[in-house]
Amino acid sequence: MSRYYKMFKKKTLLKEGCFVPFVVIGDPSLEISIKIIEVLIQTGVDALELGFPFSDPLADGPIIQKSNLRALSKNYGILKCFEVIAMLRKKHLNIPIGVLLYANLIYNYGIENFYKKCSKCDLDSVLIADVPIEEYNIFYKYANKFNIDSIFICPPDANNKFLSQLALYAKGYIYLLSRPGVTGINQKKNLLKNKFIKKIKKYNNLPLLQGFGIKNTTQIKKSISSGINGVICGSAIINIIEKNLNEEQKMIEKIKNFSSKLIESTKLI
Amino acid sequence: MTLLDPYFGEFGGMYVPQILMPALYELEKNFVSAKKNLNFQRKFLDLLKNYAGRPTPLTLCNNLTNGTKTKIYLKREDLLHGGAHKTNQVLGQAMLAIQMQKKEIIAETGAGQHGVATAIACALLNLKCRIYMGCKDIKRQKPNVFRMKLMGAKVISVKNGSGTLKDACNEALRDWSNTYKNSHYMIGTAAGPHPYPRIVKEFQKIIGEETKKQIFEKEKKMPDSIIACVGGGSNAIGIFSDFIDEKVNLIGVEPAGQGINTGKHGAPLNNGSTGIYFGMKSYLMQNKEGQIQKSWSISAGLDFPSVGPEHAWLNSIKRAQYVSITDSEALEAFQMLSKREGIIPALESSHAIAYAIKIMRLNPDKEQILVVNLSGRGDKDIFTVNEILNNRKKS
Repeated sequence: MSRYYKMFKKKTLLKEGCFVPFVVIGDPSLEISIKIIEVLIQTGVDALELGFPFSDPLADGPIIQKSNLRALSKNYGILKCFEVIAMLRKKHLNIPIGVLLYANLIYNYGIENFYKKCSKCDLDSVLIADVPIEEYNIFYKYANKFNIDSIFICPPDANNKFLSQLALYAKGYIYLLSRPGVTGINQKKNLLKNKFIKKIKKYNNLPLLQGFGIKNTTQIKKSISSGINGVICGSAIINIIEKNLNEEQKMIEKIKNFSSKLIESTKLI
Repeated sequence: MTLLDPYFGEFGGMYVPQILMPALYELEKNFVSAKKNLNFQRKFLDLLKNYAGRPTPLTLCNNLTNGTKTKIYLKREDLLHGGAHKTNQVLGQAMLAIQMQKKEIIAETGAGQHGVATAIACALLNLKCRIYMGCKDIKRQKPNVFRMKLMGAKVISVKNGSGTLKDACNEALRDWSNTYKNSHYMIGTAAGPHPYPRIVKEFQKIIGEETKKQIFEKEKKMPDSIIACVGGGSNAIGIFSDFIDEKVNLIGVEPAGQGINTGKHGAPLNNGSTGIYFGMKSYLMQNKEGQIQKSWSISAGLDFPSVGPEHAWLNSIKRAQYVSITDSEALEAFQMLSKREGIIPALESSHAIAYAIKIMRLNPDKEQILVVNLSGRGDKDIFTVNEILNNRKKS
């Protein structure tokens, strides 16, 4: 039974939503990045979504883009990212860990080698931000071979044809977009309609995690009460990193408080 | 399912965030219907003829080749309205945008030639337009920035990353993924996700068609070689298009910048490897980890770390040959063509001219006909060149 499955099952029984943070490995440094991830785990997040830094993250807005560049400026390679994951897994056996990255990193590493390495690190899922379902076959083949869940993004205006395709491919959970565009916290729009959520559920049974623009408790409560299983929160956390680059202790304290508050809001349905 | 093949051999494809797929399908559908629509074609050709100024001439360079048996012809895209071949395809894409009922245009530009062409098309066809441009390119291409603004375009300075074309491309894609319902992303070259490489080639193929007719009228035979500079590769694919099935050497010239071995170049076909970037699988400048590298060229228009997928394919099957020319060689050709023929070429095109001169010098007694695509005029580059020449004098 997969870690995602167990986690979502438990949360459903508890009638709680889940909170999944996203941070980029190596931002602002490898050492602090690991501390941030450990604090998030201690605070009680339900799963981790970790970014492998890439030079041209075109699905991301300025906050995550800068996070990628900060991590890259320290010259940590992809192997270092895998080391971090292996280390986290050793300490935390049950938390689902997924990675989000861009196709060229996988292609360059060798698609089969990449998924083999993911499997060795006991990683749960991979989301490739710039590979749509239409181009996924070659990645999917090796993801399945090494038993790694492929996470797909579902746009807020997806048509029936896409939803049925998604039902065939998606594993672990579905990453549901709050709105079109790139990641970020500056837009006010939150387009998800209950009718649309019901429609996705007609096509498949996988849990839904809403991402893009998640930054406060009101949003989270609204999202979970509309039938979504939880949220992914990236830019808002990374914004705290960016704003406190020179004060490590303050940064970690703020991340801890912020995520505690958001986690709390997933429980109050 | 796409209506057209999104691949060129193993290259091409649609590597974009899922959110953009409906926009790409919509564009492809409209492109396919426009190709069959006689009214669309008639209007497009009318704009090319009566607004842009086609056909452009094919000029024989007598002075440049003096004392050799080489004939160099220039396909004069510099004489097209806007000063470069870019005008051809923006008119086509602007018409597609109107067909799709999109009122806003997003574009990116390096040297500013595509930005100027986009601003022209948008002014003519009454479309709102915003153009992303790297902050470094804004500095080195001031005249074109002014032209764009004069024609009503909003020029947005991109400070992220290296502040050049690569970052402007990323930023334009980001904008599009937020606004695709009302906007069309007018990619400026035969690169990016499908269907862009096919669309840009279709609207640029007129360069090759005219060249074939004109060279046959003048020489009664095919040329030995067609030479064009390659950044993303739109002028090259345009002039190559009608010669791919003929016995003609196709030569693409990449910018070797300060030298292929210095790492400061923009020549992914000569010194890159296959990867996935900017929506496509193609050759890339990347480090051993797969991070995209900054490119370099004296010419902002060639300063791109990848290349259109059809060129990647033509290179892999050895149908076209891709060579490189350094900044200094391009600069020499820039000055030479200006002095000997009274034509100031764009720094981009100077790379192709430099290679033609190289072939000519290598074998001066060989009777050969070379056609160079003079993709744009060099007015925009005179300040850059002036600065370099002044610095040289000082040192």
